[in-house]
Amino acid sequence: MQELVNIFIKSIFIDNMIFAYFLGMCSYLAVSKTVKTSVGMGFAVIFVLAFTIPINYLLENYVLKQGALVWLSDSFADIDLSFLSFIMFIAVIASMVQLVEMIVEKFSPSLYGSLGIFLPLIAVNCAILGGSLFMQERAYNSIVEATVFGLGSGVGWFLAIVAIAAIREKIRYSLVPGPLRGLGITFIITGLMGIAFMSFMGIKL
Amino acid sequence: MSKKKESLFSTKNRKLITDPLNDNNPVTTQVLGICSALAITVQLKPAVVMAISVIVVMSVANVVVSLMRNLIPSRIRIIVQLVVIASLVILVDQVLRAFVYDVSKELSVFVGLIITNCIIMGRLEAFALGNKPWKSFLDGLGNAFGYGWILIAVAFFRELLGAGTLYGYPVLEKLGLYELGYANNGMMILPPMALVTVGIIIWIQRMKNRDLIES
Repeated sequence: MQELVNIFIKSIFIDNMIFAYFLGMCSYLAVSKTVKTSVGMGFAVIFVLAFTIPINYLLENYVLKQGALVWLSDSFADIDLSFLSFIMFIAVIASMVQLVEMIVEKFSPSLYGSLGIFLPLIAVNCAILGGSLFMQERAYNSIVEATVFGLGSGVGWFLAIVAIAAIREKIRYSLVPGPLRGLGITFIITGLMGIAFMSFMGIKL
Repeated sequence: MSKKKESLFSTKNRKLITDPLNDNNPVTTQVLGICSALAITVQLKPAVVMAISVIVVMSVANVVVSLMRNLIPSRIRIIVQLVVIASLVILVDQVLRAFVYDVSKELSVFVGLIITNCIIMGRLEAFALGNKPWKSFLDGLGNAFGYGWILIAVAFFRELLGAGTLYGYPVLEKLGLYELGYANNGMMILPPMALVTVGIIIWIQRMKNRDLIES
């Protein structure tokens, strides 16, 4: 149990998708103009990450990894399909996004209305594929750990985009030098927030 | 074939390459492909490798999608595009692993992330789906170079100021700056400084070109 809590906290604060790895920056910059839309986008990311990472974990461990196909027949022990992982992961992500979109549309039209165009956008959000690739690289022990990692990364991303959206709403009333206005100042603020988040780095879990 | 054929390097075609280098830069103006632009710019070498990989993937993907543009049903175009990009990225990844293994280890997941690099998807959607192969090739090349030079510029400053080296060569030590009391700024190596560096590049670019300023 303690192990799981550690992974959760670690993936939210220490290995934050945005501040430590810059994953999902494109949508982070594009959708963070108001708090309301950024909350919708943040929830959608949490949702998709928490689903795709466990599925990709199963794929990795029962299909792609070297010797992963032993459950079919002992003669497959030498097969290493890991070079296919990019294409498999992205296929899972694209189809999951499609599926999630349909499910949300069917069962919760109000949520679907508020997430709107963000759902399809998520398929090309680097944070999602990045999450799966980090899961592969760090080789988690069980599917529960992988799920917790996915959930934590999503929450971390959610926190980051809501925080920057709140700052951007306020900064509209400040006198920013012309050439820095908009994109430039957002970059620098994100940098400063990243420095603040680095203070979590010393924590050993 | 009575119509005169447009020459391969007409002014319009040349503009496709030169525009993304400055005024319509994918990173600083179109805000595409930021993710990888920041994470791998601690040193010049991975940045150069990354830039070359993106140039290859992007120009080929643009041509392939442009050739297929009349065959792809628009409903599933995103998946088709992702498959094209993913297969190219797998090729690049295998080549990197075979020839420059140490750099490939350093880039870790970021080679794979070329797939979701919005710059490639963005140009495929915006350009390759509606234009002929040669124009798409030029557009891909131009945008990839525009992305590459930002990447290399950021890496240049971060490596020079942070570690005092360029491409692994100790420039500042050879110049004898350390004897005068100069010290490396370790902060430049930290990830957040990449964001600040890009922010400053945007600042300088928009100071030169006032049209780009957001109201």
